[in-house]
Order: sequence, then structure tokens, then C-alpha cells
Amino acid sequence: MTIDQTFSILGTLVVACPLLLLAMLGLPSMFHRPMSERAISRATEAMVVIGLMSAIAILALMLGTGERQVELSLGKFLDLPHEHYHFTFKFVFDRLSVPFVILTFVLCGTTGAFTTKYLHRDEGYRRFFICYALFLLGMVVTSLAATIETLFTGWELVGLSSALLVAFFHERKAPVWNGLRVWTVYRVADAAFLVAVVALHHLTGAGDFVALMGNGEWPAGVAQLTPNQALFVGLLLLTAAAGKSALIPFSGWLPRAMEGPTPSSAVFYGALSVHLGAFLLLRVSPLLEASTLLCAAVVTLGLSTSVFAALATRVQSDVKSALAFASLTQVGIIVAEIGLGFRYLALVHIIGHACLRTLQLLRAPSLLHDYHAMENAIGGHLANDNEFWQRNVSERIRSRAYRMALERGFLDIVLGDFIVRPVLRCFRWCDRMERRWTDFLAGAPAVADDMKHGGDVADELQ
Amino acid sequence: MNELHLPWLELAIAAPLLGALWVSRAIDPETGQRRSLAVCSLTLMLVLCAWIDLGYIHAVIAHDRWSLCQTCIGFDPFVIDDINAPLLPMAALLYFVTALATLRTKVRRFSFSMMLVSEAILLATLSCNVPWGIITLLTIGVLPPLWEIRARRGSTRVFSIHMALFVVMLVVGWWMVEHTPAGKPPSTIALAMLVGAVLLRSGIVPLHCWMTDLFERASFGTALLFVTPMVGVYAAVRLLMPIAPDWALRSLAFISLFTAVYAAGMALVQRDARRFFCYLLLSHSSLVLVGLEMATPLGLTGALCLWISVGLSLTGFGLVLRSVEARVGTISLDQFHGLYEHTPTLAAFFLLTGLASIGFPGTIGFVGSELLFESAVDIYPFVGLAVALAAALNGVAILQAYFRVFTGQRFSALISLRSRLPERLAVLVLALLILGGGLFPQPGLASRYHAAMELIKIRRTLAGQAEEFEARERPVWFDETAQREPELELIDPAIEVDAQSEPQPAGATPLDGDPSAEHTTFRLPNV
Repeated sequence: MTIDQTFSILGTLVVACPLLLLAMLGLPSMFHRPMSERAISRATEAMVVIGLMSAIAILALMLGTGERQVELSLGKFLDLPHEHYHFTFKFVFDRLSVPFVILTFVLCGTTGAFTTKYLHRDEGYRRFFICYALFLLGMVVTSLAATIETLFTGWELVGLSSALLVAFFHERKAPVWNGLRVWTVYRVADAAFLVAVVALHHLTGAGDFVALMGNGEWPAGVAQLTPNQALFVGLLLLTAAAGKSALIPFSGWLPRAMEGPTPSSAVFYGALSVHLGAFLLLRVSPLLEASTLLCAAVVTLGLSTSVFAALATRVQSDVKSALAFASLTQVGIIVAEIGLGFRYLALVHIIGHACLRTLQLLRAPSLLHDYHAMENAIGGHLANDNEFWQRNVSERIRSRAYRMALERGFLDIVLGDFIVRPVLRCFRWCDRMERRWTDFLAGAPAVADDMKHGGDVADELQ
Repeated sequence: MNELHLPWLELAIAAPLLGALWVSRAIDPETGQRRSLAVCSLTLMLVLCAWIDLGYIHAVIAHDRWSLCQTCIGFDPFVIDDINAPLLPMAALLYFVTALATLRTKVRRFSFSMMLVSEAILLATLSCNVPWGIITLLTIGVLPPLWEIRARRGSTRVFSIHMALFVVMLVVGWWMVEHTPAGKPPSTIALAMLVGAVLLRSGIVPLHCWMTDLFERASFGTALLFVTPMVGVYAAVRLLMPIAPDWALRSLAFISLFTAVYAAGMALVQRDARRFFCYLLLSHSSLVLVGLEMATPLGLTGALCLWISVGLSLTGFGLVLRSVEARVGTISLDQFHGLYEHTPTLAAFFLLTGLASIGFPGTIGFVGSELLFESAVDIYPFVGLAVALAAALNGVAILQAYFRVFTGQRFSALISLRSRLPERLAVLVLALLILGGGLFPQPGLASRYHAAMELIKIRRTLAGQAEEFEARERPVWFDETAQREPELELIDPAIEVDAQSEPQPAGATPLDGDPSAEHTTFRLPNV
């Protein structure tokens, strides 16, 4: 077996494992034959381990052979040769994607193992693992994508699974509303991404990152775009990244995402999902070099998000929200590092931060228990030293900062009051006018006949 | 013209018509449902045979062998070609799954015989390529829902006013087109009439109120089957596209684009599930029109793909809503219904079909949306932005509806509300098509591309005739060089077309006395 064939088999395994897992969990449910908890747990374990081992084997082979970039093409998904239109599912194993995909398997594997106990006998066990498989597939596809269209596909899968997991405890309203909010932000980010994809297609004639970055291997590529083109596409991608990584002004969704079960919060919003925006910026980092303005925008956004999140995390009253904002602080710094051109530093920062945050979030419920035990033992609260800020900052500024942090930078309020509500109000007015017009034409208000007779499924059952 | 091996099309049209008689004689509604299922299955098989036969004889267009129409009226109006070949099975499938998913609790209020009559009309419309035949069938097609609303003693005024206007505009518009001197382009008034008719039947804003009214007054099944096959789009393809100039189509595209965004926004604020579904469908059908009216190969291919994907996915979506409605009555989107634990399968199908309609990756809608978006940006970047905005709003609306219907405090019921086997089968068939088309899209894409190129050839042929006419009528002082179109570039010898050998489009008039029309070769532009 040649090296190329080995790469090809291993690469296919890495991508196929999450896909197979999704099919194994999803199809039986579709045919009304759901799997047992034990079978789900074993299937998840097996697929994650095979995927992880394959990814590690690829890394070992790459280190052994000195290959820095291996491409795996699954053929043309869509092809209209006369129109010069094609859509290829292509994956790349390079210095960026391999560490990221290994990180994905490690963290998803850890979380999967944790969840088998955490959600044991929970009604939503199967639902969680279907979303988990969808998320894993999305993450692997995004990490390994060699074309921007492939990346977009993974990006969408991650978005959907995230929204559904936030709304996991769906008997309560709050998680559902928060899931919808997360999805709304993701859709906005996706729209920006979609425009960027098409713009890139038009500017470079292809969606391959190779076409975008020249033939240089990551991170040595040089963007094949003019500064203005790079600025235009880059700003769109930055919007998409901001949505996915909860950068300003979209930061409001991150603490809300913590409504989901702890394992999903840990792996998705604390570790992997929240870094996807940064990953996207890393993947298109040659684009940043083509435009100084774009770099400045990335650094500014990263730093301002970081400062905001550092303030907000200090006033959170629950541990998951505090950790969410702490995560965001680091994500902001990572984004700023990318903007400053420190790509390897950013990659190492992502990996370290993701591992730490997963540990913290998974530990959070038992840590609280431990704190309570300690406080009971010493008979009071643990010491909280804030003297530095009290000495150096006036009370007025501190109280303003406190209010701003407590209100989470008023970001949600601004988005809600100035964008969402006016738009909804406008459509509601249109709806009222339409109803009036229809009733006027009909001479009587409409009530669906079926609705009068609904709810009689008992007939069917008898 | 090529001939099929058997009169599949006429058999497919006759089967539901005769079946309607058989069903109307059934002693009870359950027997009627069983008979209608048998007839729908037979019809589906017949149209599938017609499609397979078309592929087998390697023809672009074919009509029935031993055609009864040919014998009786001297010509055969029914053809199967690249454009309608997948639409016919899709239409037959929609009727089949709707009949299958109708619960026993609904069979007394849903007329299966009328459903079969409307299936026959729809199949006849989709296979007809004679303009007056299409117009007649489109006119007859509005009658079944009208009768149903009357039978339910609902007000038919909104529906009647809009449909009467539609028929009048269609008839007058086409009459004016037909009375245009040979070779001369149709008058602006004629075009405006036809455009108005298409807009009305497609429910484009502000002529869309009949659609919400229909959903509120007719049964869900009837309303669903009247709007999801999108015959308004078919009228645009057969009657308008071949003769309308580019500027007219592009202006229409902007109106449709506005409708797509507006309807997506309206779907977000609906409190009633039927109206929500109606706006969702409206938004998507407008996107199909946007693609068609761009009249570029990619745009047309995207629109034709989207037509099928939206037809399949939103029918599945509608059927799930209908099933839920059969369980809990009015679905108010103001409150949470908590149905997930009762019907997890329906919840999954709801999400799958909804996401397929917005072009989620891995589903059949992805290809159409991607192509449409790509070509929209090609023409005007802001069109692409509007398409992306509409898709984003629709996505939010779908998940919001999902949460409202399936999440919240568990719905308390004394009886099991789980989905029945026929319901699951109906939606499963659609789900498999949605996923299959999404994972292996190339065959479908290639087929729709051929159909798009056929449409473009037809347009080019007629545009060439119109240009020749203008050249003959043009005054001598006219500066030709200033008005000349950019030179057309041949992109592939394979698509150099011999106009004489191509099928004549609906409404195409021969170039009487024009020697150049005997054998005209034209080239497709590099778009």
C-alpha cells in the first residue's frame, strides 16, 4: 500500500466516522426503531476512537514523511462544466486542520463519555446523542474543509446542532427561547458567510482555499486578491466569525447557550463551537495580510470583545455564565492574536484554552458542591479580594462598569430595541392590514373549518 | 416528434378521472380513501413510466403513441419533455402522500373524488404544451377549491375575485399575443396582462391575499395541493418566458424578490400555523420565480431545482402540520404545544422538511438555493443579499415554529398521540427523496440544466425572430452600432443548436415567408 493510499484511507475514516455515527443514530429513529442507551454509547465510543486514531495516524505519517499538506477529494459533488460551475467536497490535512480535528475528537470523546453517565435514563438521551453526532460531523467537516463551500456545510451543521442543544431541556421556555436566539444569530452569521462564499467564488473563480491563498501551505499562503477585495470578503467573514464566536455585538447569545446540558455547554460553547470563528479567521488568515484595514478591524473587534467579556464575567451570578464570559475573554484575545499575525500562537492558544475550559465546565457542578462543603466547614464565605480595583478606580467608574457588565454591555438591548422590535412591529402592522383587507373583500372574518373540528384524533384511535 | 411506447400521459390523466367516479360510488369514506390510494398509486406509476420511457427513447420531447386526442381532435396537446418530466411524478407523488397521510378522523371532511379530479387537471396542465390548452386547464383548475369552499359555506369572494381576475388577464393577454403580427414582439399591454396573471396565480405581493384566505377557508389538504405544485410558475415557464423580453423578466424578478423577503418576514410574525405555512410557501415560490426570471442558465437551473425541492419539502412540512392539526386542533403559534414526547418522529420530519426548504446542506434544497444565490449575485449583488436575507428569515421562522409546536410543557392527553403508520410512511417517502436528492444531487442537477438550456434556446429563437422584425422596421438613420448587443460567444460546439430540429415552444409562431427561418443556427452567450 502506498503512502498516498494510506493517507486516503485514513482521511476517509476521519470523515466517515462521524457521518456513520449520525446515520447509525438517526436512521433507526427515523424508522421508529430507536437504539438502546448502551448501543448508542458503544457506537459513539467506537466511532470517536476510530476517528481519533485515524487522525493521529495521519499526523504521525505527516511527521514521518515530512508532508505538510495532504488533500482528500471526494469528487465533484456538483458539476456544470459548460457554466464552469462545480462544487467539490474536498478536505485538507495540514498544520491547522490536523490539530483542530484531533482536538475535536478528544473533547467530543471526553464529553460523550461524561454524558453517558450524566444523562443516563434521561428522556432526551437519544436526542442528545443525535445532536452530538451532528455536531461532531459539523466540526470535523469544518476543521478539514479545503473549500469554502465544504466549510460552510460543516458550519451550518454546527449551528443547527448548537441551537437544538441549547433548547435541550425543552419543557421549560427559557432554554427554548435561548435556542431560538442562538439560531437567529447563527442565521445572520450564515447569511454573511454565504455572501462571502459567493463573493469569493466570483473573485477567484473557485472556492478552494488554494485558489484563495496561492499554492502556499498554511500558514505560508499569499492571498490572490487585491486589498479592496480582501477587505470586502474579509469583513463578511469577520461578521460570520463574530456571530459564531459571540464577538461584539453578538456576545449576548453565549451565556444564554449555557441553558443546555452541562456536557454540551462544555464542549460546544466553552471549547469548540466558540472557537470556530477564530478557526475561520485562521483558515483565511492570508486574506488578512492582504489588507491592513482588515487586520485592524480584527484586532479591534478581538480586544474590545475581550475587555467587555472580562468585565462581564466578574458580575455573573452563576458559574456557567461566568465561565462563558471567561471563555469569551480568551476568544477575544485569540482573535486579536490572529489579527496581529501570530497564527501559531493563536492555534496553541485555542487548543490550550479549549481543553482548560472543557475541564472547568465539566467540573463546575461538582466544584460548586465542593465550595459549599468548604464554606460549611469554615463557617462562612471564602475570602473575595477586590482591593486592587477598590484602591485604583473611583467608585463612580466602578459602579458604571458594574452596571454595564451586569447588563452585558447593553448589547442585547440595543439589538432588540433598534433592530428586532422595529422589524417585527412593521411586519405585524402589515399582517393586521392584510387581515383587514381580506376580511373586507370576503365580507366576513375567516376561520378555518378544520380548526373548528380539530383535536378529534380519538376517532382515529377507536 | 418522438413517440412514447404507450399512451402513458393520457392514461395518467384518465386514471384519476375514472378513479374519481369509482371513489364517488364508495359506500363509506374509508373505502373511498382506499380506492383513492389505489388510483393515486396507479397514476404515479403511469407518470413514472412516461418519464422512464422518455429516457429510454433518448428524446428531448415525446408524445403519446395511439393518442386518443390525436384521433378525436386532430392533434395531441400532451407532451413530456425535459421541463415537465420530473414535475409530473412529483405532482402525482404529492397527491399520493396527501391521500396516504389523511387520517380517518379527516376522511369525512376531505373529498377524495374531488382530489382525484384536481389531480387529473394538474397532470393535464403540466403535460400540456398548447397555450390555449394550458389556459383552459388553469381555468378549470381553480374550480375544485372553489367548490369545496362553497360546500363548507365559506365566503368565496376573495378567492373568486382573484381567480376571476387571473383568468381574465390570462385569456386577454394570450389573445393579444396571438393576434400580434407574425414575427413582431408582443405588445407591452399583452405582456403586462400575462405577467399580472402569473403574479396572481403565484401569489406575489400585493396579489397574494387569496392564498391566506384559501388556507383559512378550505381544508388543509386541498389548499396544500392547490398551491404546492406551483402551477403559476408553470404558466410563467410555458407562456411567459418564451416571449417576454429580458427587461420584463428582470423587473418581475425584483417584484418576486420583494415578495420572498416580505413573506419570510410575515412568516415570522404569524400566530396561526396555516398562515405561517402559507407565507413560507409564498416566500419560496417567489424565490423560484426570481431564478426563472433571471433567465440565465445557472439561475434557471437553480429555479427548476428549487421548484422540485420546495414542492417536495413543503408538501412534507404541510403534511406534518396537518397531522399535528388533526391531533390538537388549531395550532396557535402564540403558545408552546409540547408535542415532542408524543410524536418525536413527526418532530424530526418537521425539522427535516423545513430545513430542506431553506436549502440546508445535505438536503435536496441545498443545490437549488446555492445555484440561485450564485446566479443572483452574478446579475446584481444586492439581489444575492436579499436572497440570503429571505433564507435567513425563513430559517428563523421554521425553527420558531418547530419550538412552538413541539416544545414546551408536555401536552396532556388521555390517549396516545403517536404518529400512525400511513403518516410516517408518507413523510418518510418524502424524507428519503429529500435526503437522497441532497446527498446525490448530480443526476437531478444535470436533468434540470438540460431543461434550463431548452428554455433558453426557446427564448433565443423567439428573441432572434423579434430582432429580425425590428431590423426590418428600423428607420435608415438608426445607429445600429450603438444598439448592437455584445457579440455572442460560442461556449461549446455541443450546444450549437439547430433551431429547426428543436421543439417548438408553446405559442411559437412560424416565420411565414422568411427564408432565414428555414434553417437558423444560433449560439448561446457565455453567461
